[in-house]
Amino acid sequence: MSKYILRRALGLIPTMFIIVTICFFFIRLAPGGPFSREKKIPPQIMKNIEAKYHLDEPLAVQYIRYLGDVVRGDLGPSYKYKDYDVNFYIGRSLPVSLILGSLSLLIAVLFGMIAGMLSSLRQNTWIDYLSMSVAVVGISVPLFVIGPVLMYIFAMKLNILPVAGWIDEKGFKALIIPVVTLSLPYFATIARLSRASFLESLRSDYVRTAKAKGLKTSVIMFKHVLKGASLPVVSYLGPAFSGIITGSIVIEQIFRIPGLGRHFVQSAFNRDYTMIMGTVIVYSLILVIMNFIVDVVYGYLDPRISYK
Amino acid sequence: MKKLLITVLMITVAFAAFAGGDKEKAAPMAEPVVFAFNNGTEIQSLDPGNIEGVPEHKIYMALFEGLVSYDPATLDPLPGLAKSWSVSDDGLTWTFNLRKSNWSDGTPITAQTVVDSWLRFLSPELAAVYAYLPGMIIKGADAYNSGKGSADDVAIRALDDYTFQFELTGPAPYALGMLTHYAFAVVPMHVIEKYGDKWTMPENFVGNGPYSLTSWQPHEKIVMDKNPTYWDADNVKIDTIIAYPIEDENTALNMFKQGDLDWIPTVPDAQLDSMKLDPTYVTNASFITYYYKFNQTKAPFNNPDVRKAFSMAINRQELVDKVTRGGQFPAFGLTPPLANYPKVVAFKEDFDAAKALLAKAGFPNGEGFPKATILYNTSEGHKKIAEYVQQKWKEVLNVDVEIENQEWATYLDNMQNQNFDIARSGWQGDYVDPNTFLTDLLYSTAGNNDGRYSNPKYDALMDKAATMPEGKARYDVLQQAEQLAIGEDMAVMPFYYYSTANWIDTNVWGGWTPTILDVHPWKGMFKK
Repeated sequence: MSKYILRRALGLIPTMFIIVTICFFFIRLAPGGPFSREKKIPPQIMKNIEAKYHLDEPLAVQYIRYLGDVVRGDLGPSYKYKDYDVNFYIGRSLPVSLILGSLSLLIAVLFGMIAGMLSSLRQNTWIDYLSMSVAVVGISVPLFVIGPVLMYIFAMKLNILPVAGWIDEKGFKALIIPVVTLSLPYFATIARLSRASFLESLRSDYVRTAKAKGLKTSVIMFKHVLKGASLPVVSYLGPAFSGIITGSIVIEQIFRIPGLGRHFVQSAFNRDYTMIMGTVIVYSLILVIMNFIVDVVYGYLDPRISYK
Repeated sequence: MKKLLITVLMITVAFAAFAGGDKEKAAPMAEPVVFAFNNGTEIQSLDPGNIEGVPEHKIYMALFEGLVSYDPATLDPLPGLAKSWSVSDDGLTWTFNLRKSNWSDGTPITAQTVVDSWLRFLSPELAAVYAYLPGMIIKGADAYNSGKGSADDVAIRALDDYTFQFELTGPAPYALGMLTHYAFAVVPMHVIEKYGDKWTMPENFVGNGPYSLTSWQPHEKIVMDKNPTYWDADNVKIDTIIAYPIEDENTALNMFKQGDLDWIPTVPDAQLDSMKLDPTYVTNASFITYYYKFNQTKAPFNNPDVRKAFSMAINRQELVDKVTRGGQFPAFGLTPPLANYPKVVAFKEDFDAAKALLAKAGFPNGEGFPKATILYNTSEGHKKIAEYVQQKWKEVLNVDVEIENQEWATYLDNMQNQNFDIARSGWQGDYVDPNTFLTDLLYSTAGNNDGRYSNPKYDALMDKAATMPEGKARYDVLQQAEQLAIGEDMAVMPFYYYSTANWIDTNVWGGWTPTILDVHPWKGMFKK
């Protein structure tokens, strides 16, 4: 097992290398560059800028320079924001996104699993219909509708929560609307996923045996069904986690949260090459690590899978 | 099952308790006067050598002061770091007497500081985008910036500790007004030498403006407090300014309505009609023109008759009343009107004449007109205008054009490489003079002349104006040039002059005046 983990961990290095390489060359294919302006920058000044950021060097040299910097842990200067470098912006926004994303995902998993479990136990009753209706709303109504509606009700009308802002400014209650909003689509997916897999497990032979032996429903659910039924949810969590960390731009903009999602989207529009690379590296690192963790957890949850 | 319900209940209770935490309420209106505004987006930098946009300029005006500052109402140059100035008879040599003032850390600001700051701004290593402004007017500046000359040959010098002098390349009547721009900023060289690129970090930062930097949390807020060492601190009435970089206009509007913001410069398009009725709405003519560029490097738009036909075939009044609805002013010239520069009405809208011109160009009733596309950057507002124009051209000229939106950098790339037929554009003057429109956009070799308009007669008129002193005679030549480029050649197709829009309660905040550049100095603002 530990050998497997080690091998998988080492396998992350070439994966990251390939991602960095492809991304480095791909983003330069997009028309325009970091210094495209409506008021066109005069050629001589453009020359100064290119020299300053080494953009006048052949692409291969730029690539090797960049790789060297990345290996040393330096993601380079941002072309857009001149006072701080990419490391600073990621270092500052990643914890914010981690807090926001983890809390949202935690709530989504908790309530999603509960909703899925209740729905499967009381299939085709009002509980089932209610939780699945909420799930449909969560999947089909976009965040940029839910967020402002909650903001309107709780911040503008009831005045019990702040309109926008982050913890350092408004305290922990600043988290409530963004976390609830962001968790909704994930809650919905998890509720539907877990309902289906709970139903499947409930119909299996070992559960029927357990029932025949006269075990209590709660024991059956938590001891026998939960483990098997959570497999699809666990495999969904890997991509969901990296998605929720970097994909929360809408929530960040609406609620004025200084997270990573903004950089992910804005840097592409700004052609801020180093910032794009930085966010891509962070995103793919989270993604491959999460997939790695999911694989390991799988082994514990499902005895049929073994890593030799 | 019971257990499960209890768990759910407990989580709900825990969550509710969590929600109820933090009972602290904001303290009641204390003594210090705080002014919070939406700065629209995160600033690029605090270093005047690294900035380009409007949000940066708002912060710059609080933290720095150049030789001259703005009159809050007219934007005319007022004494800043310089208490007085004089100009030689030929209009080429300007001499400034500096006041004895200090940086916020107590270090004196001398004429040598000004020289060093300007040379730093021009240095190729700094690669400042706006280096072309001093490059345009100051002798030797362009050569130094482009690496062809040395710093010693830039005609700026310190005559003594408090006398600063520079020489112009030619009589530029707008030179003094230009000095308000951050391209002529004075920066704390002693701090820059000590900390290098890190001098703008809040713990190192030193400025000379009416405010000093208290904290800067990127993408959250910038807090600036009154600078007690500022020479005119008595006229700084607001104690603290907070700049929020809010990109979501709905959020900013909600914060404004809740009293968290005192000034917002935009509202969402959907709220525009209702917010225009709000008592906090302040509007004014602005120095921005919305126009379409024609690609004159290829047929059919290399034919002035075609350009004229297209331009005459829409109804600008209808456009601003029904489509844009922001109180814009229909434009029949390129330069927005100025105090001494009346509006040029270079042509008239006339649908019959438009049809005749198109027929004269070889496309009677639009027949045989090649496929053409209006290019614009993705935005609801530009789309509505393009759709209106598309429909009008079909109705009046029987010409089918397509409309295409592209993401910002792609659109710029195509436009600046003449890869378009017709392209949407907007231009804001950098300083209050028609030159910033007429030379920058239409001179045959100008970098921003993306349609590649070229008329030797026009260039000759602009060359002539460039050597003339300020006054009516020069403005007459400029008007003549504008009449030629728009009225006869239709080099570009103007739509409207923008109006500025701001939401600020002027019953509460005094000293804030709407201006043509939408620039609002902080000094002199006060709470009523």
